Amino acid sequence: MKIIVCIKQVPDTKGGVKFNPDGTLNRAAMLTIMNPDDKAGLEAALRLKDQYGAEVTVITMGLPKAEEVLREALAMGADKGILVTDRVLGGADTWATSSTLAGAIRNLDYDLIITGRQAIDGDTAQVGPQISEHLNIPVISYAQKIEIDGDSVIVERQYDDRYHVVKAKMPCLITALAELNAPRYMTPGGIFDAFKADITVWGRANLVDVDDSNLGLKGSPTQIAKASDKVRKGTGEKVNLDADASVEYIVGKLKEKHVI
Amino acid sequence: MALEEYKGVYVFAQQVDNKLSSIAFELIGKGKDLAKDLGTEVTAILAGYQVADLADELAAYGADKVIVIDDPELKDYRTEPYAHAVASVIKEFKPDIVLVGATAIGRDLGPRVSARVHTDLTADCTQLDIGDFPLVAIPGKEQLHNQLLMTRPAFCGNTIATIACPNFRPQMATVRPGVMQKLTKQEGAKAEIINYNPGFTPDNKYVEILKVVKAVTDTVDIMDAKILVSGGRGVGSAENFKLLEDLAAVLGGTVSCSRAVVDAGWKPKDLQVGQTGKTVRPHVYFAIGISGAIQHLAGMEESDIIIAINKDETAPIFEVADYGIVGDLNKIVPALTASLKAELANK
Repeated sequence: MKIIVCIKQVPDTKGGVKFNPDGTLNRAAMLTIMNPDDKAGLEAALRLKDQYGAEVTVITMGLPKAEEVLREALAMGADKGILVTDRVLGGADTWATSSTLAGAIRNLDYDLIITGRQAIDGDTAQVGPQISEHLNIPVISYAQKIEIDGDSVIVERQYDDRYHVVKAKMPCLITALAELNAPRYMTPGGIFDAFKADITVWGRANLVDVDDSNLGLKGSPTQIAKASDKVRKGTGEKVNLDADASVEYIVGKLKEKHVI
Repeated sequence: MALEEYKGVYVFAQQVDNKLSSIAFELIGKGKDLAKDLGTEVTAILAGYQVADLADELAAYGADKVIVIDDPELKDYRTEPYAHAVASVIKEFKPDIVLVGATAIGRDLGPRVSARVHTDLTADCTQLDIGDFPLVAIPGKEQLHNQLLMTRPAFCGNTIATIACPNFRPQMATVRPGVMQKLTKQEGAKAEIINYNPGFTPDNKYVEILKVVKAVTDTVDIMDAKILVSGGRGVGSAENFKLLEDLAAVLGGTVSCSRAVVDAGWKPKDLQVGQTGKTVRPHVYFAIGISGAIQHLAGMEESDIIIAINKDETAPIFEVADYGIVGDLNKIVPALTASLKAELANK
């Protein structure tokens, strides 16, 4: 079985978010991590590898520095790493990002593609389902459990108040929740090997069946009109009343805001 | 793509078990605002199996038209038949705007549909407006009017971005549940009903649902809760959290807590809000006996309505609270629970 895991290097927002003077994100000043949902996706792939035997290829699109996150994945147990990087791919929205990754994946044989549900920098959850559409394969989002049954996958797909047990024929794309599992640590031997391993680097020329008009900033249907630092909510009302009057005050506000 | 051919505001009327989700009405409510600015109408896309009788309810909440796609393939939500239904509506009816709820269904359906019709969508919007793009005229660049401006938080709520989709149609967004207001229900209102079926031909993408398992547990993930009743060190003891649990029960909410409470062993870690816990953004956040350390604020200040109860009037929580009440939580919280219980019983 061949599994492709799409991963992303993201800023570690736990250390605080830093901005350039022009309001854009100062990525250079922030520590980076493997996106948590993607790491869960990788762990799921590695467990399938342990259980059924599989070749796990990790792929990322980003700046050359994103190679770090591939090496981390190799140290955890992935077999191959592919970095898709090119100036013309920059500034991509989710349409252009998914077009790019689909273009790269068309070079590869696969039974299963696993992506994280969403990245903590953008929080869109869109790239996984969009890749599946470009590749014309089924998607199962929000996976909380993954099993293999012959030429099919059986997945517990989470919803707000339920889950569905869903069966799909491979090839298929699954998006993983961070809650899916607790990702393993890198092993010392793994780190050593990962440091020496060759990372495949692809650029625009390596993308299959994707037009220039679908790539990068130019190929992005959505455009940023404005981005700003979050304006902190100002102090609201503050009252100092006895208990009964306080209750009346709160109930009044809940009604005013249609909460009750 | 002839952009001027695309007209009207369309909303995906999510239903589960043939019951419309609240987000469907919220999207109609917001859609009406946008449609008014554009001089157009709101059309609800109602997809499912034996769902036609739900159309009146959509009309009662303001839908001008309802496109009903009724097919056995649409019985339970699956990505492919639903994506086919909505993408076919887009190809056939050419809407200018399509809104989908940012739910576990909508966040799967929206991207699949957008990729099929070649547009992009903006995720998890908290504000939608009609305006110009670019926002201010730039010499040498055409300024487009009547564009959908989609505003959303990103980077854990640290930035706010406004996004437009100037050259592709439809303009698509998923919208965070609980943020937009539904209209007052007008019983007896009628919408124009359009029955439409694009035909469903199962293939590999029609995954098989082996089992539907509905949640039997009442422990809601605090990240999904619409109402959170959160307690801090000021609550005083594990036992005293009963006051908060009672309040949460009356409102259909969930109890969460600050780090101090977890450190004291009063509540488990999965209920902790803040930088080292979970980031939450419920519709209503009660901060009870929480002083409001910066690490706590980072995890909850995105909440729509923050109500703080604290006896220390200098507590930093009051700086982010919409409604701050200086007082004794041991007196106020039980009285509030009793009052709400009476209030809701009369409804």
